[in-house]
Amino acid sequence: MAGESLIFANRWKRFSDWDERPLRLDKFAVEDAENGFASFTSRHDPKPGLTFGSGAVDVMDGVGAPDFDMIDTFIARYHIDPEIAPEAMGIPSPEVARMLVDMNVPRRELVRLARGMTPAKLAEIVAQLSSLEIVFAYSKMRARKTPGNQAHVTNAKDDPLQMAADAATAVAFGFDEVETTMRVARNAWSNALACAVGASVGRWGTLFQCSSEEAEELRIGMAGFTSYAETVSVYGTEKSFIDGDDTPWSKAFLAAAYASRGIKMRCTSGAGSELLMGFHEKKSLLYLEARCLCLQRAMGVQGTQNGGIDGAPITCTVPGGMRELMAENLIAVWLDLECASGNDARPTESEIRVGAKIMPFLIAGSDLICSGFGSILKYDNSFNPSLLNGEELEDYLVLQRDFEADGGLTPVEETRVFAIRTRAVEAISAVLEELGLAQPTEDMKASVVAASGSDETRSYLPRDVALISESIKERAITVVDVIKALARRGFAEEAENLLRLVRLRISGDYLQTSAMVRDGRVLSAINDPNDYLGPGTGYRISKARRDEIVAIRDVLTREEVLRAESVHKAAESKRISYRTIGPAAAGGDTREVVIGISPAFGIKLFQTVAGHPLSTLLRELIAGITEGGASARVVRMKHTADTSFLGLSAAGLAGSGVGIGIQAKGTAVIHQKDRLPHHNLELFSNSPITRLEHYRRMGANAAAYARGELPEPIVVPMRGEAMGSRYHARVSLIYAIETELTSEGAVPEEVALVFLGDAA
Amino acid sequence: MSGERLTIADYPLAEKRPEIVRGKRGKGVDEITLQALVDNHVALEDLRITATALRQQAEIARAAGRATLAANFERGAELVDVPQDTIMRIYELLRPGRAQSQEELLAAARKLRDEHGAKGLAAFVEEAAAVYERRGLFKKRF
Repeated sequence: MAGESLIFANRWKRFSDWDERPLRLDKFAVEDAENGFASFTSRHDPKPGLTFGSGAVDVMDGVGAPDFDMIDTFIARYHIDPEIAPEAMGIPSPEVARMLVDMNVPRRELVRLARGMTPAKLAEIVAQLSSLEIVFAYSKMRARKTPGNQAHVTNAKDDPLQMAADAATAVAFGFDEVETTMRVARNAWSNALACAVGASVGRWGTLFQCSSEEAEELRIGMAGFTSYAETVSVYGTEKSFIDGDDTPWSKAFLAAAYASRGIKMRCTSGAGSELLMGFHEKKSLLYLEARCLCLQRAMGVQGTQNGGIDGAPITCTVPGGMRELMAENLIAVWLDLECASGNDARPTESEIRVGAKIMPFLIAGSDLICSGFGSILKYDNSFNPSLLNGEELEDYLVLQRDFEADGGLTPVEETRVFAIRTRAVEAISAVLEELGLAQPTEDMKASVVAASGSDETRSYLPRDVALISESIKERAITVVDVIKALARRGFAEEAENLLRLVRLRISGDYLQTSAMVRDGRVLSAINDPNDYLGPGTGYRISKARRDEIVAIRDVLTREEVLRAESVHKAAESKRISYRTIGPAAAGGDTREVVIGISPAFGIKLFQTVAGHPLSTLLRELIAGITEGGASARVVRMKHTADTSFLGLSAAGLAGSGVGIGIQAKGTAVIHQKDRLPHHNLELFSNSPITRLEHYRRMGANAAAYARGELPEPIVVPMRGEAMGSRYHARVSLIYAIETELTSEGAVPEEVALVFLGDAA
Repeated sequence: MSGERLTIADYPLAEKRPEIVRGKRGKGVDEITLQALVDNHVALEDLRITATALRQQAEIARAAGRATLAANFERGAELVDVPQDTIMRIYELLRPGRAQSQEELLAAARKLRDEHGAKGLAAFVEEAAAVYERRGLFKKRF
């Protein structure tokens, strides 16, 4: 043992524990505005200011018109409303900040004022709000009343069968939009076709996009496979913009091009992009983002994908980073833009930070809470893992239920998901065959339907997909061909669903701000405006919607608990019989330990929460008592089901003054006559982890107390399991069965046990 | 289009004003059915948005207080009949360093105005040409 007698350490080992947590994989950056690492303020941020000369903006945020870069020029010409600007810029920022969180100031009024505010003014105002105030203001200011959500649907093989199955699955879970992209650029057409088919299974109206190179994306849209686009990126400094290979005019032209094809479009911007691209001009993340957002309103796009996006991870390395992401989202909705509010690129390895990141948006609601919830597994996400992914989708469903918050998703039964996946794979296979693109085998199809991710599929590989994709492109196959193929092969419902979606284009209704399709209707900021003016207004979950949200799987009911017990009853009846002898009297044997069993013990309840049959448990307890040199007597209590009182009542009847109280769920106590009810000798409160050997030793210890000794108390080791979350629902249902059988003043009954079968 | 101004009460058009919603070849929503498509009476062309529809949506956007969005729809309306390749060529030309002189952009603007009647967009491209000149964008980048 030499060398182990002393511990030499120069470190508290808790730090080693912390080193092992996923959090430590996250790297954090020091605040350093000179190098672009500042979330809300930098000394290089301009002071808000706006002056006009001869009808045009003369000086904006400290820069004179001759020195305007392209972004300034565009904002000054198209964003700033000279009618409103003098009034808007004239209100002190703290006052506007208070208006944002004042439920009595309508959204409409604040949206009007924003049209006259410069980027520096907007940034200065939201910077005055705490995280809580930002979230509240966001909830009040977002454009459309009903919240929604967007899914990423991609896979590591670009396999069209899996693409269709996963798109259909995402639609079933309620996503309003589905976004795909591919591992291999050439596969864009195949991915788009497969997702379009998959998204038409089950219901219609899920908008769909395929993120690819700009010209290609527009072509795919024109062929009718996609209905929206969101990868039109803008940046907050001129040099970043140019490195991004665009200008405000080229992007605005593209925006008009999308409109001309009847395709819904939003821009993308987010904190950190300028920092990542090396042209941050030493400005704060928020100020640069305010420029991006004013620019987007100026361009006339209906919305923005905003909130860090690809820059979210770097933004989250900076102090206040997550608050900044919310603040920029607030500016977006204040500028009356639809907001697909980020919560996509996974900014952390810490599940706690993930949960914290999503919560404000879940409770505030958002046009699209995630601008890419990874509905597939992390490794299948061709955009990179999202904040939330296929692995965590159920956690999100439960959060919705916990907070009675509409996160846009709906739990779906297992059998339904399987049926939908099967249907989607059959539909896409039919289309591929009908159009002469491929001949999927039964084995391929079956592997995809069941697969959680592409690691488990035996289907197409990227090279196979490239051939399919290029064929679609070369043969100029359009959505009309796909609809016909579906119809010819008997998928009339899917054909109809897909046609309905494409037909939306004619009216252009879904080009308006925050448009989505719900239950066959276009809902946007126009016909579903956020009208929040305090409690009882704005979005409220309807009874029907609440019923959907709370219906997660595997929810315990009393019937289920009783059903399980009735199964155990049959087994127990072959092992033990309890014969009631009559009222129990106090014993005279000083070596006697009384076991006080609960009212439903062996009558309605037959095994402990840990799964031990009650007959076995009693056998162990009695064996322990006997081995400890005492004798056991069993008494059923009918006046109480409480462990302490069971034990104390048993002790009162025992000749030794020592009793054991035990409930059917397995909770037990060693008690002694004349002690206070909750001041017992030993308590075994964690029945789920109490093993049979513990019950045997409990018997032995009770015997030792009966002999007047002081044994080593038995400690049931626990490793920090959240017992309450695992067992309390069931335990409460079980315990209610016990308490139902109690009646005040009922006397304890002597019980004779007969152990049946093998070792009786 | 008739003289009436659409308002937010007319939205969504497909629901509230189906009689004015028409595809590229004049077909209404109720004519664009699965059966018609299967029978080859409906083609992709019928599923394209029209300049009229975009101008109608612009009116609605303006009525909803969204003037910049309306302006984008109006620019879009001017592009409805412009061929895809032309659109992509002009877009490409608007990207940094693609045009080597202001004149190239001005020529594109003339084409938009003269061949496609896209007056608003032509002015927009001319404006870009002036800004690019001032910001020194007419230089080779790769």
